[in-house]
Amino acid sequence: MKISNLTKDRIREFLAEGKRFDGRKPLDFRKIEIETGVSKFAEGSVRVKIGDTEVVAGVKLDVTEPYPDSEDEGTLITTVELLPLSSPKYEPGPPRIEAIELARIVDRGIRESGLIDFSKLCIEKGEKVYGVFVDIYSINDAGNLIDASCLAAVSALQIARMPKYDAKKEKVKHGEFTSETLPLTKAAPITVTFYKIGNKILVDPTEEEDEASDGRVSIALSKKTGKKEDILINAVQKGKTGTFKEEELFKIIDLAVEKAEELEEAIKIK
Amino acid sequence: MTYTKRLDGRKFDETREIEAKVGVVKNADGSALFRFGDTIAIAAVYGPKALHPQHLRDPERCVLRCNYDMLSFSVAERKKPGPTRRSQEISKVTEWALSPVIDLENYSNTVIDVHITVLQANASTRCAGINAAAMALANAGVSMKELVSSVSIGKIDRKKVVDLSKEEEDYEEGEGATDIPLGFTKSGDICLMQLDGKIRAEELKEVIRTGKKACKEIYEIQKKALEAVGEEI
Repeated sequence: MKISNLTKDRIREFLAEGKRFDGRKPLDFRKIEIETGVSKFAEGSVRVKIGDTEVVAGVKLDVTEPYPDSEDEGTLITTVELLPLSSPKYEPGPPRIEAIELARIVDRGIRESGLIDFSKLCIEKGEKVYGVFVDIYSINDAGNLIDASCLAAVSALQIARMPKYDAKKEKVKHGEFTSETLPLTKAAPITVTFYKIGNKILVDPTEEEDEASDGRVSIALSKKTGKKEDILINAVQKGKTGTFKEEELFKIIDLAVEKAEELEEAIKIK
Repeated sequence: MTYTKRLDGRKFDETREIEAKVGVVKNADGSALFRFGDTIAIAAVYGPKALHPQHLRDPERCVLRCNYDMLSFSVAERKKPGPTRRSQEISKVTEWALSPVIDLENYSNTVIDVHITVLQANASTRCAGINAAAMALANAGVSMKELVSSVSIGKIDRKKVVDLSKEEEDYEEGEGATDIPLGFTKSGDICLMQLDGKIRAEELKEVIRTGKKACKEIYEIQKKALEAVGEEI
């Protein structure tokens, strides 16, 4: 969505006074909602809403070959589709760079946090392992798709059930599930993206604020032990053309740790 | 602490041997080569030139297009030719890293194409590519505010290292390896930052400081190579 220079200027004027069009403070998130069960045929699926932004994510498992450099580990493939139904700015066709970058940010957070214990997804070393497919779709893009997609992916993994396995045919019995969950650790990553407009920093932008921003930094954090001092940063991505000063980034790193703590409660699956 | 000495004997804050050369593709408006040890990247700039099809034109500024890719035989196991999701993402972050220093508003309705090819890869290819591209842009006479310099900082176990190699990237003992490619403008603003791995908040701040210092040295090498062919910095 292209916004007018007038709107851009107005957003900056508001931010100069620490205000936003919707009444939030720069570091406030909109209301976060997580619903489970988008499709009963998925191993796990969720709908995540952050304000008017809505994404759905689903997890499917299948038998696949392991990568040659990790013969006894399952695999992960993350995709994002920015559906044309979710905003006039998206068009049908193969994924464009926006979707590719988004999928790679989500993938890195999950992979590097160690959320999935891939060693437990091995069926036969060097031959057969479980492949985990996390697919994310935008349903309504009202800004902050990055944080919403990361949250949806992690939530879907957390509620996913292992499929039944047909040992004779060496195949997954598609659509039949066990009561067993996926082998996950406590290190569930939370991603917070900071947007820079002029020299102001904000989180959870609306579509207009997203468009008005010059730069962004996404930070994925996790804590294996549950203790605040054990928080680790697992993935970072600076996006868009705007640059950041050293002090700005240091502030963002500290804020990311704070925000991740704060969000933890809001994103518990009920 | 398990990583007390670097695998290739370098000091922790030492880059691999750097080579920077301007003018490696005759046909291009500007070109350069940048090498970190075994990692070699070349970049060629074409433009500013008229952008076709016309509907892609921006009447307010020049469109910058970066295209990063690796030769199929630049790595030990052959890489299938053609773009991948990885190369498309790197092309995009390269574009974002270079955009802020180019006076794009001086060339409305045009395009600058920056083509980066990795000839030989031993980690930090995107950083070598960005360094080569910044020099190629200056060599092409594109109006720029300043240069961009890039380096990858690694956290190997608990140690910060400058310009990590493939061997270090694959280090698994202790806390393993975390790769943090960084890019700085000459004036010290961060224009590239990516990370995957595991790192504490305070360590990340130290990494940024280390990267800034290393990029100052890289800048001097880029500048020298450009001055050698008579470019004004």
